[in-house]
Amino acid sequence: MAIFLSKESKVIVQGMTGAEGMKHTRRMLASGTDIVGGVNPRKAGQEVDVDGRSIPVFGSVQEAREATEADVSVLFVPPAFSKAAVQEAADAGIGLAVVITEGIPVHDAVAFRAYAQERGTRVIGPNCPGLISPGLSNAGIIPSDIAPEPGRIGLVSKSGTLTYQLMYELRDIGFSSCVGIGGDPVIGTTHIDALAAFEADPETDLIVMIGEIGGDAEERAAAFIKENVTKPVIGYVAGFTAPEGKTMGHAGAIVSGSSGTARAKKEALEAAGVRVGTTPTETARLVLDRLT
Amino acid sequence: MDLYEHQARELFDRYGVLVPEAEVVDTGSAAREAAERLGADRHGVVVKAQVKTGGRGKAGGVKKAADAAAAEITARQILGMDIKGHTVHSVMLAQPVQVEEEFYVSYVLDRAAGGFIAIASAEGGMEIEEVAEARPEAVARIPIDPSTGVTDEKAAEITAAAGLPADVAPVLRKLWSVLESEDALLVEVNPLVRTADGAIVALDGKVTLDDNARFRQARWGDPSSPAESDEHGRLEAEAAAKGLNYVKLEGEVGVIGNGAGLVMSTLDVVDGCGAKPANFLDIGGGASAQVMADGLSVVLSDPDVKSLLVNVFGGITACDAVAEGITQALGQIRLTKPMVVRLDGNNAVRGRTILEENPHPLLEQRTTMDGAAQRAAELATSTATAA
Repeated sequence: MAIFLSKESKVIVQGMTGAEGMKHTRRMLASGTDIVGGVNPRKAGQEVDVDGRSIPVFGSVQEAREATEADVSVLFVPPAFSKAAVQEAADAGIGLAVVITEGIPVHDAVAFRAYAQERGTRVIGPNCPGLISPGLSNAGIIPSDIAPEPGRIGLVSKSGTLTYQLMYELRDIGFSSCVGIGGDPVIGTTHIDALAAFEADPETDLIVMIGEIGGDAEERAAAFIKENVTKPVIGYVAGFTAPEGKTMGHAGAIVSGSSGTARAKKEALEAAGVRVGTTPTETARLVLDRLT
Repeated sequence: MDLYEHQARELFDRYGVLVPEAEVVDTGSAAREAAERLGADRHGVVVKAQVKTGGRGKAGGVKKAADAAAAEITARQILGMDIKGHTVHSVMLAQPVQVEEEFYVSYVLDRAAGGFIAIASAEGGMEIEEVAEARPEAVARIPIDPSTGVTDEKAAEITAAAGLPADVAPVLRKLWSVLESEDALLVEVNPLVRTADGAIVALDGKVTLDDNARFRQARWGDPSSPAESDEHGRLEAEAAAKGLNYVKLEGEVGVIGNGAGLVMSTLDVVDGCGAKPANFLDIGGGASAQVMADGLSVVLSDPDVKSLLVNVFGGITACDAVAEGITQALGQIRLTKPMVVRLDGNNAVRGRTILEENPHPLLEQRTTMDGAAQRAAELATSTATAA
């Protein structure tokens, strides 16, 4: 069944006609995603040929939705225009907006997150690789060939490449869904949202949760797991050696004073009964131990 | 990007928040002249170290001087001082203010709520964390709706909740304008004071700007290049000039990888192998030959580096393309230190074959992240012993 994204998802791409948009539209189509259109006001009415399939370009999300009944949008829109693009998707009644764009100002993320929430639109990201339900649909940039077969592990992560790493190590078991929630300080979907969805998903048996330094999302997720999650959760946290006060690649990955450390997150997760691996490989081994 | 106190002061001033008269200098003699202009010989002057860290007062970085001559001596003492690892390169001289009452106000990002909140207290001057711990009821936390911001009504709600006098409300509105218009992630005034003549004055301020908003904040200018006076700063400035995501650390294993999470994880694994990482360097998903060459040249120029670890997971850019990139990069720059490469993920076997077919005496491959980190750690510690 998977979470957030299913075989029935009809996906549009905002910013499809740009270089990144085209590249990943092609990849998403190849991995089985039902892409029903793109949005670009300057190219409205055109058709784009993608590996033999003709994808219509609409002038607005509203038009795309009316013509195709799209319910998911993947956004490859430059940072300066991302806020307006997410708000447009929410206004059109899109249920899931996946914001891949990196470098969106925090004030914009705060604004579109609240705006989407009021209109019942789930936002994933920004600054994320999106999500994949292997064998069903792929909304974003996660390479589907890492773990092409569906399985029964659910994965939620702040980091794209650590998602890929864990998917690769556990490709023989397979995943129900993998959700990259993004490394920015303000994101639309949190670890907790994904944990709750995996807990409710009958096709997920075990959850892998990947965190990193910065904020206290992992600590809050740990409290949530303790109260609400009955399925086994295996964790991993990156950034034990990160110095205080330095942003480590992701805008949100920063230890401020004594808060946001990897140690505190690991301890909180372990106190909630989560086994936490010291390396990605050991984390994968903990999953295998648990499942076999 | 954190601002210095004097930069925060200028911002507050521009938005109509009252601040003390002040000047910034970087020598003792300039401090004396500035102190004279500020009337130090009549009412003294405060000399404040300009460093981007808290606890300046306790460290001796904030001192009152009785007159301009004393200000020069005090400035000389403070300049060059080390405060929590930050060298003091400049001091701000400020006119003293007769304080009647001290308050605390800030707007901070509440990640959990996905928005900004106001934090306010009638007990200013101390660390707000200490007040919050000792007397949580003395600290008000009010969420701000991003669509409306801080209106008169919201400002009144904040002052009422924190027990602040009503005339702080207009200052709260101006500080919100600073946060919103300047794309700040943090605006903190501690203390905000009432002076003997009844004015509300921001006596000290902390502002953090959102680096992601640089494209629309023309006034910020270029990113403040890190101080190049030391090796750390030189390397970080060089990396920044090449557009690389680099942080200098204290160890001896140079680390290059793709993706922030994977690189952070790689640092941890190196640490677990008994060596210390020399840097964080994320070359991103693309990992092109040029970016690889740029990354290698920065890491190789770090004298602390004894060995290199290149840890790439082939996802969007598959391993064969990354291997081609490494091979081309090694044609452009001279590899002077042992390097361990781990390629895994899409087309890993083809990528490894490409590196085998283009051998380099200092390049070794390992197929796992843990194995590669172990080897890089061994190479770093053994060359350290040999040297």
